[in-house]
Amino acid sequence: MKKVFELEDLDCAHCAQKMQDAVAKLEGVKSVTVNFLAQKMTLEADDDVFDSVLKKAVKEIAKVEPDCTVVL
Amino acid sequence: MKYKLTKKQRKNRNRIVLAAVTLVAVWLLAELTDLPWWCAIIMFAIPYVIVGYDVLRTAFINLIHGQVFDEKFLMMIATIGAFATGEFPEATAVMLFYQVGELFQSIAVGRSRKSIASLMDIRPDYAVVLREGEEVTVSPEEVAIGETILIRPGEKIPLDGRIIDGTTTINAAALTGESLPADKVAGDSVISGTLNLTGVIKVETTSNFAESTVSKILELVENSSEKKARVENFITRFARWYTPLVVISALLLTLIPPLFIDPGCGAVWLKWLKRALVFLVVSCPCALVVSVPLTFFGGIGGASKEGVLIKGANYLEALAGIDTVVFDKTGTLTKGHFAVEDVHPSDISVDDLLDIASAAESYSSHPIAESIINAHKGHLDKSRLGKVEEIAGKGILAEVDGQQYYVGNGALMESIGANWHECHLTGTIIHVSCGKKYLGHIVINDEIKSDSAKAISELKKLGVHKTVMLTGDKRSVAESVAGKLGIDEVYAELLPADKVSKLEELLSAGGRLAFVGDGINDAPVLTRSDVGIAMGALGSDAAIESADVVLMDDQPSKIASAIRLSRKTMRIVWQNIIFALGVKLIILVLGALGIANMWIAVFGDVGVLIIAILNAMRSMRRIEK
Repeated sequence: MKKVFELEDLDCAHCAQKMQDAVAKLEGVKSVTVNFLAQKMTLEADDDVFDSVLKKAVKEIAKVEPDCTVVL
Repeated sequence: MKYKLTKKQRKNRNRIVLAAVTLVAVWLLAELTDLPWWCAIIMFAIPYVIVGYDVLRTAFINLIHGQVFDEKFLMMIATIGAFATGEFPEATAVMLFYQVGELFQSIAVGRSRKSIASLMDIRPDYAVVLREGEEVTVSPEEVAIGETILIRPGEKIPLDGRIIDGTTTINAAALTGESLPADKVAGDSVISGTLNLTGVIKVETTSNFAESTVSKILELVENSSEKKARVENFITRFARWYTPLVVISALLLTLIPPLFIDPGCGAVWLKWLKRALVFLVVSCPCALVVSVPLTFFGGIGGASKEGVLIKGANYLEALAGIDTVVFDKTGTLTKGHFAVEDVHPSDISVDDLLDIASAAESYSSHPIAESIINAHKGHLDKSRLGKVEEIAGKGILAEVDGQQYYVGNGALMESIGANWHECHLTGTIIHVSCGKKYLGHIVINDEIKSDSAKAISELKKLGVHKTVMLTGDKRSVAESVAGKLGIDEVYAELLPADKVSKLEELLSAGGRLAFVGDGINDAPVLTRSDVGIAMGALGSDAAIESADVVLMDDQPSKIASAIRLSRKTMRIVWQNIIFALGVKLIILVLGALGIANMWIAVFGDVGVLIIAILNAMRSMRRIEK
């Protein structure tokens, strides 16, 4: 499953790259792009693990930039 | 365009103003009175914390996660270091300006996104569908193929379809940049995302929402920033190396020189520590990391406002370097339908010759016959036509007003022994004779688009040194078209497979090549070229999918605009790269020599960022025609 999420208050381009790198390393993530200009994350993972992968991804994003929230 | 600050931006702005006022007050106080050092620290710490507390918080969190090369962490080290070396106002000011830069960047990105989003206004919000005689308002996604929708004046066309009732005018400016409205009557097709101006129309849908033109366009524009240009990837790699490199240099700068000069002297250590702090302040590659994608984003957005959709920054980059443009003829440089170009009568008037020919052809639906009928002015009385006999491969023998006329090619004239002659023009020549008496001929050609010649000359002006035309058409016709347009090379009588091999040949000759076609039957050629450009794509899904660049209308001159725009974008990108790197490098050198102080370093960070962003935002502006 592939889903697009909006990222609120994603304020630094550098961080977007870091988020993408961090989320890509998570287990179960097939592909991920964090688009700074569109303020969007496209996450792809298998259906059965998607929710748990998403949860981990949200945590990674918060690690990189605490202000940034994923709109679920 | 008016841009409203978000809540967070307003809050940050207020913090910056408050901190700036406090800093000035504290500074004046410190200059005028003789504060003890501990008192000064506390005083300067007030504006420092007001403006920088979130940076400090993030820096600590990052430190816990082991991210020492994070810009916020480095900013914290640089400012605390400045406090430690007694540069109190500098420390606070660095943090203050850093936040100004962050706010500015956030506003700039927000504005660009909004400007692109205004393009997204083409997304229809609802559709009025007629179900069992009642009008139901639903979201466009809920309408099936073959349903009837009702569109009132001022409403967006929600789905692609065909008018079954009503007449109106349609404005497609949002998609093509063309502001001239087009008249539509029953039977005409309408395209989602365009605006219904004058009449109420009923439309039978021919696509569902996901497959409609408007969805395809939106998807394309939204995804375009994911395909990165080479220079963007370079910046990403560079950013990964730059920060660690500068930080390590700063560390070495603090430790090595004092050891060799005078390890026992505190003042020497302090001097080199101050120089190292300058390094930390310029250690963020933000100016590049933000401005380069922003420039591409703006360039792609600006192009889409002109009806040129570019599928990614990589294609924009490729487009800027194009030096060979290969055209398909039919449907690209020509309109793809026939029209009478000239009439050469013998002993008869032009009007009479056309009158006889069109009467003779009045029941035919062949494209050639239609072009003759279209050229005929005035009413055409079909009852004048009597018996018609077809002469296979040659033409017809028709009875008009009781007279026998032969209408057809040269072979027909030869076979009946008419006193005919060849025409000096190329194209399809239709000869007419009354019995054996030759009446003259009509020259029919695929019409050249009105701006094709301008397209070629503009490409030449841009320094594209080779223009090529590929066509399946006859050599004589192809050469005549190429001659009129000033095209350098022509390859005619090609089968579809020949077009691919001809293109490969041109590619192997070197040069960066763009192929322009109408997207029908030329998908392999579009994919094979460096940049595949499909034109007249409004309503053609195949073209939108196989091409890298899509021209929404069918004007070939838009290619020159697209190249001009992509060159402008690339120019801005390189200006920013050279400027940002150059300034940072100079400041690093001057900093190591002890010439550049903290104030210059702040300019190297925030000043460069702001200038680069302002420059990047130029790419959004429309280019002058």
